[in-house]
Amino acid sequence: MAATLKGRASRRSGSPLTPYLFLTPYLAIFVTFVVIPAVFGIWISLHDWDYMLDSQIFLGLRNYADLLDETSLPYPEFWNGMKNTLIFTVASVPFLIVIPLLLAMLLNVRFPGRTFFRAMFFAPYVLGVAVIGLMWRYLLDGNFGIINSIFRTDIQWTTDQPWAWVALVGVTVWWTMGFNAIIYLAGLGDIPAEQYEAAALDGAGWWNKFVYVTLPGLRPVLIFIMITTILASANMFGQSYIITNGGPTESTKTAIMTITELGLRRYQMGAAAAESYVLAAFLALVSIANFWLLRDREAAKERRELKAERREIDETRRAGASA
Amino acid sequence: MKRVARNPLLWILLAILSIIFLGPLLIMFFTSLKTAGESQSVPPTLWPQAPTLRAYDILLSAADNPIFLWFANSMVAATLHALLVVVTASLAGYALARMEFAGRNIIFGLIISTLFVPGFIFLMPNFLLLDAFGWLDTLLAIIIPGAAGAFGVFFMRQFFLGLPKEFEESARIDGAGPFTTFLRIMLPNAMPAMVTLLVLAFLANWNDFIWPLYVLFSDARLTLPVGLTKLQGAYTIDYPVIMAGAVIASLPVLILYIFVQRYVIEGVASGGVKG
Repeated sequence: MAATLKGRASRRSGSPLTPYLFLTPYLAIFVTFVVIPAVFGIWISLHDWDYMLDSQIFLGLRNYADLLDETSLPYPEFWNGMKNTLIFTVASVPFLIVIPLLLAMLLNVRFPGRTFFRAMFFAPYVLGVAVIGLMWRYLLDGNFGIINSIFRTDIQWTTDQPWAWVALVGVTVWWTMGFNAIIYLAGLGDIPAEQYEAAALDGAGWWNKFVYVTLPGLRPVLIFIMITTILASANMFGQSYIITNGGPTESTKTAIMTITELGLRRYQMGAAAAESYVLAAFLALVSIANFWLLRDREAAKERRELKAERREIDETRRAGASA
Repeated sequence: MKRVARNPLLWILLAILSIIFLGPLLIMFFTSLKTAGESQSVPPTLWPQAPTLRAYDILLSAADNPIFLWFANSMVAATLHALLVVVTASLAGYALARMEFAGRNIIFGLIISTLFVPGFIFLMPNFLLLDAFGWLDTLLAIIIPGAAGAFGVFFMRQFFLGLPKEFEESARIDGAGPFTTFLRIMLPNAMPAMVTLLVLAFLANWNDFIWPLYVLFSDARLTLPVGLTKLQGAYTIDYPVIMAGAVIASLPVLILYIFVQRYVIEGVASGGVKG
């Protein structure tokens, strides 16, 4: 009797190995192409690694030290790339945070055809960087591009600074703003209508509603958008590669362009791997700072509210006990 | 609400935005129908004055730029990649959402933590790994490594967490084992999430640029995005040809998007809000 019960129970929940069987196909790929490379990459970065050669020379931390040594070969290239990535990130992120929010607020208004317009504003994002890059390179051409013709300007958008940055930021905003707008839109939908009604009762105009209801309600979404947008901008590669080819005079050559050219074209993989870890460390710092800056206040507030609630419960309990 | 819909300002704004978003795509298409000379006329023309399929003729007959092959490569790679992502992520996401086992939290934590690891640190080691496997310059390099991404598992797990527990309980009472339960009960209910993930994975793979740019070398092995940059090199100022290539690379994703835009947009929205 006990044996049959036990047998049936184990058949019901399956063998203890079942969960691992479900996980195996994914984990096999995950371990091979994420876990192992993450560690192997560090190992590569400690070598003068040239994949054309049979044996690799161990350097220790030389590749990292080189990045701090002004006289080393990779130093000027790397920091030029880092500087350009920083310029692009600082110049593009504010637009990619603000414009999609405005777009989402527009799409949050109820009007006929809203779904159609939402789909249209997201459309550029479903195209790849190769397509939109080639398209904009043509539209931005300094001699016969339609952009110059529309604005009645005579600007060499792809070969003159600061216009090259203006062009790259503009193209990126055009291409990706639908993505952030959709996330904002979902966040706006999660803000309870009662909060707006309560604010209206208190006599709040649209600006006060925006500052006291919309923005606080969007905080978790804003953290997500800030972090992912900064990461995406810091990962910029294709736009520069196709539209400006890193020029004029390497002034739009981003960190990723520098790293891939060094590692995957000139095959100095050790130095390139070290550079990629340094860039990743910078990005981790920025993400963490971002998270704490935006998260802390909310968490603190929640903790305070929770404490107050508990105190209230304690007090009512005490009152109940004494009565 | 009706007042807003009747406000002419709203419609003027929407019209301007429509031109900004669709205009460039239309010009890309119109340019592909122009002669090389007209594509460089000053001031630029909007409609092709003498529409011609010359650019498409050149593209389809250029032996050293086999756009048909690139198209087929992209289609095969993106389809197989998307299927691989959906199968592996559904299985793993289901186990992580609905099964109790030792190490579950550690495994899930490890997978999720990689969501915030930038992809470029894997470029050098994965290149060397593919070289060791003999996968460089093959479509396997485009299909498989990308399926290690954490998003799909995270996405499917979230979805399975939201399904009612009664599904599995009633299946168990009927005597179904875990695999039968998964196949017959959970998967049919997870269809919307799987379609969303399938489409998102297909789009991402179809458009991927940096990885195929460095792991594919032979003319016949390229995917469309990399092929397009080759066109840019070969037809530097013959813009109709380059735009025709861009049109060919965009059409499948735009058509797919028109049919499944709801899935794409809801997938992006849920990934962001719940992430």
